[in-house]
Amino acid sequence: MPPRLNTEPNIATPDDFYEQLIDMHRDLTEEQSRMVNAKLVLLLANHVGDPTVLREAMARARSDG
Amino acid sequence: MDRDYQKLTFEWSASPDQRATKPVRHPVIIVGAGPVGLSTAIDLALQGVKTLLLDDDNTLSTGSRAICFAKRTLEIWDRLGCGHRMVEKGVSWNVGKVFFRDDLVYAFNLLPESGHRRPAFINLQQYYAEGYLLERAQQLPNLEIRWKNKVTALTQTASGADLTIETPDGPYRLACDYLVAADGARSTLRGLMGLESKGRVFRDRFLIADVKMEAEFPTERWFWFDPPFHPNQSVLLHRQPDNVWRIDFQLGWEADPVAERQPERVIPRVKALLGEEAQFDLEWCSVYTFACLRMEKFRHGRVLFAGDAAHGVSPFGARGANSGVQDAENVAWKLKLVLEDKAPDRLLDTYGSEREYAADENILNSTRATDFITPKSDVSRTFRDAALNLSKDCAFARRLVNSGRLSVPATLHGSPLNTPDRDAFAGVMVPGAAAADAPIACDGKPGWFLSEVGGRFTCVVFSDGEPLSRDTASALAGQSHAAIAVETVIVVPKSVTATVTPGLRTIEDNDGMLAQRFDAAPGTIYLLRPDQHVCARSRNFSADWITAAIARATCNA
Repeated sequence: MPPRLNTEPNIATPDDFYEQLIDMHRDLTEEQSRMVNAKLVLLLANHVGDPTVLREAMARARSDG
Repeated sequence: MDRDYQKLTFEWSASPDQRATKPVRHPVIIVGAGPVGLSTAIDLALQGVKTLLLDDDNTLSTGSRAICFAKRTLEIWDRLGCGHRMVEKGVSWNVGKVFFRDDLVYAFNLLPESGHRRPAFINLQQYYAEGYLLERAQQLPNLEIRWKNKVTALTQTASGADLTIETPDGPYRLACDYLVAADGARSTLRGLMGLESKGRVFRDRFLIADVKMEAEFPTERWFWFDPPFHPNQSVLLHRQPDNVWRIDFQLGWEADPVAERQPERVIPRVKALLGEEAQFDLEWCSVYTFACLRMEKFRHGRVLFAGDAAHGVSPFGARGANSGVQDAENVAWKLKLVLEDKAPDRLLDTYGSEREYAADENILNSTRATDFITPKSDVSRTFRDAALNLSKDCAFARRLVNSGRLSVPATLHGSPLNTPDRDAFAGVMVPGAAAADAPIACDGKPGWFLSEVGGRFTCVVFSDGEPLSRDTASALAGQSHAAIAVETVIVVPKSVTATVTPGLRTIEDNDGMLAQRFDAAPGTIYLLRPDQHVCARSRNFSADWITAAIARATCNA
């Protein structure tokens, strides 16, 4: 089975996205940032929905390669 | 007025077996007169098996302990003849609410549809459940209970087990064909056989405070994560009969289990929840830890382990006593058939495989709930709190919140006793499922489907009211005289009982609910096991198919 997780460029304006991601954490404590990241993971995971994609993403995130 | 079941003690009296020169042999001995041992004993006795039940003590449960009895357990106890007493005394409930800090984040209804005899749950102190089971057991002449009979030695032979029993009058010996060990989480028999129950032990402590009070809380299960009155921990509030409320406080692993039980420590915790002016009496307090574990095999030769002796779960989900009562009904009919030589001994292997499968499902559910309630790392706590935070506004997050996935019977997918479907069916009544209930009428009187089946194999034939062909009717009638008798129940739409087939029982499907729940059309046949589980189904009648399905469900194929 070919992988279902898209690791090819998919965000139209990557620099904008990256800046927003960093901005999201501005003025937050470490603990607040951890919470915001966790909420973001849950929101995006639910949006994706597909269990195969989620599993592949988790495995990819955890791997060293 | 109820008897005070907590204070009952049962007199020990010497059995004639103690004076016998040779150990007296019994077909089945059950060890442990808790909910599981009593249910097994009653089921066997009702099915005509002479049964001996031993208990090392002479009292019922100390404290309320297992208080949540699930719909399926009530249906089993209905079949055993004491469900109505449980429901009459118990507090019925279907709704649960989950709070995070000050906010209600989630409410669930465990029985959203009507047309079921029993509620999703009742709360009932374990001593009442055991007391009603005991009083039922005492009505059965082929069921004997011996108190203060402690098994101290056990040897298995090729054809059974030899036991040494300690009594107030000294030891004696007994023999049996089969032994059911329902002697609890710290099972003596498991120890005597050098066996273990293995799994995960959770590093957390919980306080149970049962308080008696007049209170206005609704009859719902309320669960708080991190409430202001008990910060950083969880709390559960639940109503029991007699104006007793179960309050369960998470304490953390560092808590001192002896000090935390003392009234001077418990009362301020309760007042923090109820308010400083609250008037209440402490009924029972206990500090507990828990583990999710099971024996690798529930069957060891002639010894069958059931209930907490075989498997343990965390209390979130009410899957302990409820799964144990399902063990009881699974083992009882199989033992009967094997003892009567109507099925080979390997039918009992399927007790092990079916209930090990169910135990894994229960352990999985209760482990997941426990991991949510008591996060084991900083990151799991962060995700837990993130899910709770989002659950206020986001429906998807409410589905992640886990304060316990409450006990439902396992569907025994993949059991070797199931006949695989040859026709297409929708819905959940697959082979291996516990049959759903529905309102029916029998002889013009309203009743319930599950009262009409169970205790024996039953062939449920859905009909449009046209009389069955003579061949079909006589083949079905013949099944009731087969070596393994199969009773027939014909289900007809409301008000067409005029076309009853002589000699076959007919029930009316009041609102078509039964046909709907079983995805049945005229001609559909379901074969139910004595424990009311579906073992086969078909869109049309064939006598050979029934014979083959019964053979398969009894390991006679």
